[in-house]
Amino acid sequence: MSKKDSEYLINRKDNQYEVVIGLEVHAQVLSESKLFSTSATKFGAEPNTQVSLVDAAFPGMLPIINEFCVKQAIKTGIGLNAKINKRSVFDRKNYFYADLPQGYQISQFKDPIVGEGKVILDMPYGQKEVGIERLHLEQDAGKSIHDLDPQNTFVDLNRSGVALMEIVSKPDLRSPDEVNAYIKKLRSIMRYLGTCDGNMQEGSLRADVNVSVRPKGSKEFGTRCEIKNVNSIKFMQMAIEYEANRQVDLIEEGKTIDQETRLFDTKKNETRSMRSKEDAHDYRYFPDPDLLPLEVSEKFIEELKNDIPELPDDKKKRFIEEFKLSPYEANILVSDIDTAKYFEEVVAKMGKNKDIKLAVNWITGELFAFLNSKGLEISQSPVSAKNFAILINLIKNGTISGKIAKTVFELMIDGDKDPQKIVEEKGLKQQSDPKALEALIDKIINDNREKAIEYKQGKEKLFGFFVGQAMKASGGKANPQLTNEILKKKL
Amino acid sequence: MSDITKKSLTELVENIKNKKLSSTDVTKAFIDRSEKSEKLNTYITNDFTSALDKAKKFDQKPNFNLKLPGIPMAVKDLFCTKNIKTTAGSKILNNFVPTYESTVTENIWNEGAILLGKLNCDEFAMGSSNETSFFGNVQSPIDKNLVPGGSSGGSASAVAGQLTPVTIGTDTGGSIRQPASFTGIVGLKPTYGSCSRYGIVAFASSLDQAGPMAQNVKDCALLYEVISSYDPKDSTSIDFKRNHYSKELTNNIKGKKIGIPKEYRVDGMPKEIEDLWQKGIQYIKDCGAETIDISLPNTSYALPTYYIVAPAEASSNLARYDGVKYGFRAKGENLIDMYEKTRSEGFGAEVQRRIMIGTYVLSSGYYDAYYLKAQKVRKLIKNDFDEAYKKVDAILTPSTPSSAFKIGEKTNDPVSMYLNDIFTVPVNLAGLPGISIPAGHDSKGYPLGLQIIGKAFDEQNILNIAYAMEEKINFKNKITDWWIK
Repeated sequence: MSKKDSEYLINRKDNQYEVVIGLEVHAQVLSESKLFSTSATKFGAEPNTQVSLVDAAFPGMLPIINEFCVKQAIKTGIGLNAKINKRSVFDRKNYFYADLPQGYQISQFKDPIVGEGKVILDMPYGQKEVGIERLHLEQDAGKSIHDLDPQNTFVDLNRSGVALMEIVSKPDLRSPDEVNAYIKKLRSIMRYLGTCDGNMQEGSLRADVNVSVRPKGSKEFGTRCEIKNVNSIKFMQMAIEYEANRQVDLIEEGKTIDQETRLFDTKKNETRSMRSKEDAHDYRYFPDPDLLPLEVSEKFIEELKNDIPELPDDKKKRFIEEFKLSPYEANILVSDIDTAKYFEEVVAKMGKNKDIKLAVNWITGELFAFLNSKGLEISQSPVSAKNFAILINLIKNGTISGKIAKTVFELMIDGDKDPQKIVEEKGLKQQSDPKALEALIDKIINDNREKAIEYKQGKEKLFGFFVGQAMKASGGKANPQLTNEILKKKL
Repeated sequence: MSDITKKSLTELVENIKNKKLSSTDVTKAFIDRSEKSEKLNTYITNDFTSALDKAKKFDQKPNFNLKLPGIPMAVKDLFCTKNIKTTAGSKILNNFVPTYESTVTENIWNEGAILLGKLNCDEFAMGSSNETSFFGNVQSPIDKNLVPGGSSGGSASAVAGQLTPVTIGTDTGGSIRQPASFTGIVGLKPTYGSCSRYGIVAFASSLDQAGPMAQNVKDCALLYEVISSYDPKDSTSIDFKRNHYSKELTNNIKGKKIGIPKEYRVDGMPKEIEDLWQKGIQYIKDCGAETIDISLPNTSYALPTYYIVAPAEASSNLARYDGVKYGFRAKGENLIDMYEKTRSEGFGAEVQRRIMIGTYVLSSGYYDAYYLKAQKVRKLIKNDFDEAYKKVDAILTPSTPSSAFKIGEKTNDPVSMYLNDIFTVPVNLAGLPGISIPAGHDSKGYPLGLQIIGKAFDEQNILNIAYAMEEKINFKNKITDWWIK
């Protein structure tokens, strides 16, 4: 594995600075009910319709751990190649806020459910390992809505108590690009596992970004600032860029960096101070006496391990070996679980005499282009993997040319039609009968005697003209390879 | 009429079952007496009208297979009761009406009992004299201006004054046993995890436990068997084999070994308490059991440990009373101002004191020195008991270091007030069951109690010992009805 780091450096006069980034990712556990109550977790429900007495912290209400969420966290830990802790403890993180009904968030502080792990990033300069510090389970808070009324703030508790996994990385990231790759990799792994849908627009994945800078080559970390709650990769990258430059400017001016929490203003594209270290909350963590320590057995963990599907790194390795794909192609296909599924289904449906390279080109070419243009996910593709496989086979066995195939593909989009039928109904089958083609070409040569003579005299450019004529005469259906052969012979 | 209220729970159940009395007769009798008890200030909320309706309904279609057939009962106002105001003795919950029922009260109604009303208590169960309640102090039926103890002071006065046949309280550091001792009744704090905490307004989650309060041991056993149940809605509820405690009750304790811990002989303990304890030891021997001197070396650390652990948990548990969702809200300029005003006006002085102590001991830089250390000492205290139980079956101590005191006597001296719990607190810290039984009177004629501490889940054993001793002691409570209207 190449350990080469990114060349992302910030330059000032004679100095070069390296950026050090660590991420605390909050991933919503994919679960129908909340971490400590049976309320639903559907996104976009009417405000305060998914709230139990526990979520609203009524007197005498007690939390009961949701076993499914525990399993999801452990599976994610396995996916991050991390140590699973058989004993973990839920703590209370105490602070007051209107959308925090209990006056504390149940989280895991000293003893998280998942310990150290790692993820591998594929960067243009090689593979890069990013350490995972820990993963812990915690409750989400509700939502304060400040803009519905000029006088009052409204509170929606639908999200209150929803299970989150906080995944804390080591300070191993060195550039906005690596952050981009890291978030995408985490999302990919969790989507493979079915433990988080990774939907950033719906807030299923958000991150606190810790940024510091140091002179290139320095071993010591600079003072870090934490940028709170950034909810898109683009904003994370923008925030890091702004924040790193701000810190470098301070150093260059001979000033010091204050350790503080900052907010990213997406409109002004800048970070600004939210609270300094001195004003930091004292959360008064202590073990939640309403919950016993969470203990899981070796057997429980083993059973979950058996339940883990093939993950992106393994799938990539297999695609390279089994299908002879390039690492680049394999990466594109495995990064999203639905793409990988689609690809594997196409491969399976193509049968014995398959051209995998051709299928890959068509998926990453025509299909992706179409989906992008319509803003669709591959899971929403109007062309099924089965019909897509048939189309590839039609090209492979010479029934249609690549050019005709594009026409067929466009016709397939409307109602997932069988390409075989389209070819038959529209008469798009390639003209591959040598006798018929010879007759057609004879006629063309006859009609263009002078040009044929010119060609023979050495004007080789005219070959293309004859090919064009043959295509035109056949309505584009002439087998290009065969046409070339016959033309060469006849001319 | 008043004869009915003099009867024990066991007698009332028998009378209803063999139709000598109807539920209406019984309910009416307790309501009549309760209505004349205003001076005691035991009730925060009464539900008399609906109680009578329920009694009539029961009589129309009686089910005598139930354990508490048509028995009226008032309960401490810390138990959430569906559609009945539940205040925890606090202004901050003065307008709070739960839409749900606590598991413990649900168990009681399921056995046929009928709610009479909600009984006064110290605010959020924080107090040893029932003087911290927003609804005013409770008087003991024993004497004028005498505290009934706390925090289940309303419950203790109501049982001693025969306003309810039995009741339930909660005990975090002695809140059942100390008032039981002060008012000459029986009170049991069960093993932690025996009774569900679901629907009980939380004070200190790792210590809180509901328990029965009654005029005698048999009634106490019967009510305990009704309220103790495994509850999946409480993660700390324990699924152990529960007995038919009242049926299996026996006064045969021959051969039992009872430990007498020397550390409970504290400095400045009145001679009459020491004498009472010696009498208790004699009763044990008279029953054919053996007493053995034991040591619980960490006893002196129990009270300071308790006053770190309990306020720490309370400071967090009470954070939810912020004026946002339910309960009292004061007007504020902004959110922080609203919080400050709501909590300053909504909580009384003792509750505020404990929230501040708790916040302090959990704060960064102090956590290790206070909270963490207290948790370690708590373990040592539990180990002391584990060691002792290798040699003995139960432990006998006084319930309190003194008899009941006058209202106002200790309100300005919290430490002296906290000392009331010196004998009861170790039991909560160790999660063990403890029962207080009336065992005598002091020179002023005020009741004094003895405490029997058992092994975890060994309630049957301490009930049996209490039952055997009760017979020997033959205690008569001196209720003068000075307060009757």
